[in-house]
Amino acid sequence: MSMKATIRQVDSVTVVDVSGRITLGEGCTQLRELIRDQLSKGNKNLLLNLGDVTYIDSSGIGELVSAYTGVSKQGGALKLLNLTKKVHNLLQITKLYTVFDVHDDEAGAISSFAKSANA
Amino acid sequence: MIPETSVVEVTLESDLKNVEVAEEITRRVAGTAGFDEDEQGRIEMAVHESMINAIWHGNKNDSSKSVWLQFTIHRDRLEIHIRDQGVGFDPKRIPDPLDHENLLNVSGRGIFLIRAFMDEFKVESLNGAGTEVTMVKRLSSGIQTKQGGTDREHESHNTTS
Repeated sequence: MSMKATIRQVDSVTVVDVSGRITLGEGCTQLRELIRDQLSKGNKNLLLNLGDVTYIDSSGIGELVSAYTGVSKQGGALKLLNLTKKVHNLLQITKLYTVFDVHDDEAGAISSFAKSANA
Repeated sequence: MIPETSVVEVTLESDLKNVEVAEEITRRVAGTAGFDEDEQGRIEMAVHESMINAIWHGNKNDSSKSVWLQFTIHRDRLEIHIRDQGVGFDPKRIPDPLDHENLLNVSGRGIFLIRAFMDEFKVESLNGAGTEVTMVKRLSSGIQTKQGGTDREHESHNTTS
């Protein structure tokens, strides 16, 4: 199963519900294009809901890093929501868990964007 | 009588779509070897990363080339060999992805993950015959293997899909 993504707007935050595989090839390319597309539309507050991601590899992790740095450079914020145990473990062992702002509650994640902006 | 080893060999066309084929084979073999679901997932990921390296970096995504995999189930461990037809690489030259200055690098975590998930990892360049990666995962004490059949099963598959 390749990656699928649905996009919805909640207040000023663009929530991307991602499912399937974020791996080298199609999955990574789709995610890259999606982030680029959202940034080109001026959507700089992005919340990636990874709850239905079944597989992510080192390239997928790299793509998340690329998205994070790309959004940050544009003055926005990219946060992660609903990590599966596997993704959580991968971010832990790669020391990226502390880099990303990770949430397990959507409402809390959405409100954290406003707090970040006011900080 | 429980055999000493069982061997599964597969040759796959160098195509990214075959990474999932290798994953499926790995999960089955690891299950047969007696690894639990979490360990199966880690071994599967190590094979996934090795397959990506073999197809993408080794064989340069050239579908006329192939990747050879061999799984050997021993009583106490699973040994996996993956060979491509590329020119090889030196894993020592890959920067440590945990170094602060490399933390936000987009690439360079594949070998790190393989090392994290497997007990042994070795890369050997084979003088014009490709690069062979060897990975070993040991069974925890008390886990019984589920292997059976002949003293030495040897399966060989070639796919051209």
